[in-house]
Amino acid sequence: MSETKLSLAEEKALVAAARAKVTVFDVFLQFLIIGATSFGGVVPYLRSGLVGKLHWVDDKEFVELLSISQSLPGLNATNMAVLLGDRLKGWMGALAGVIGMCLPGAAIMFVVGMIYRAHGDHAFTTAVLKGVAAAAAGLLLATVIQLGKKSLTHRFDLVFVAATVIAVNRLHLGVPKTLVIIGLVAILFHYPRKAPQEGEAK
Amino acid sequence: MNSQIPALIRVFAYLSILTVGGGMAAFPEMEELTVRVHHWLEFHQLIHLYSVGQLAPGPNMMMIVSIGDWAGGVLGAIVVLVAFFGPTALLALLVGRAWTKLEHWPWRQSIQEGLASVSVGLLLAGTISMAKGAVTGWTTGGIALGVLLIMVWRKVNPALLVLGGAIVGGIVFMPK
Repeated sequence: MSETKLSLAEEKALVAAARAKVTVFDVFLQFLIIGATSFGGVVPYLRSGLVGKLHWVDDKEFVELLSISQSLPGLNATNMAVLLGDRLKGWMGALAGVIGMCLPGAAIMFVVGMIYRAHGDHAFTTAVLKGVAAAAAGLLLATVIQLGKKSLTHRFDLVFVAATVIAVNRLHLGVPKTLVIIGLVAILFHYPRKAPQEGEAK
Repeated sequence: MNSQIPALIRVFAYLSILTVGGGMAAFPEMEELTVRVHHWLEFHQLIHLYSVGQLAPGPNMMMIVSIGDWAGGVLGAIVVLVAFFGPTALLALLVGRAWTKLEHWPWRQSIQEGLASVSVGLLLAGTISMAKGAVTGWTTGGIALGVLLIMVWRKVNPALLVLGGAIVGGIVFMPK
């Protein structure tokens, strides 16, 4: 496959041609496939599938949508399905994308939940699950660190991170109040400054 | 109709809008509502279901389906899915369309940068709540730390690390 470097114009033409042929069912099917195969995190699979293999979006647009999806409530996986689906086929595409993305995992967890309810108390299951939960905790912490490295822009942001943790875990302020109060202060802290790299050049 | 259905809709639609930065941002509130308020499951079961969910493909909070099923059967599972993903999907659709128009609005970047720190904080708070139930001694602490270090050190598929945790747990904690 053509994984070689394309020029920007070539990539744009490729995307335009591929996009013209996409149907709502294609959107559903591709997201269903990604929803069924994306072990260990959805975003890399979305990128290699929709940008690399299918050329439905170019990489610049993908990164832009990812940044929207990260600053909105909702999971990255489903927000990306909505945003990409909408760009491809309007609201029908968004709906097809999100359903396709969720269906396989939901079906699997429905069955897993039934099995766990019936056999979760066995000595062996309990032992395995202890290890699984510990690994998941380590994984989560790694995700927090990765997200922090990528998205925090100012040293003082760490104060907002700490304040948020204290508000939720120590003061039990609840997520909504914490989000509004600390979110507002943090947004004001990052008030718009004249940034030289901002595309203001005439 | 199962009497838990309205409560399931309310709880999961509410949790839906709290998932800023990731699903785990809603975890402290999810623990409070599903375990302590509604008694749909116990805390250790919530942790187990979430953790096993890391082995499944797709979005990583799919254990909500199990909670819906336990509390309200198949209808409960479906209702929970719609309640949890519906509101944020609609919001993403609307904001995604407005975004291009907001491209030159100077506060857009301020909002993104400001919310980034809060979402990292919320995710960390959720992680701590979850770790309190998952890391209960030296062995579980060692597994968690090992996974963390491997993840920071190089790119490994997270599902494989969870599988590794399962093997270690099975060997260490299995009663002799």
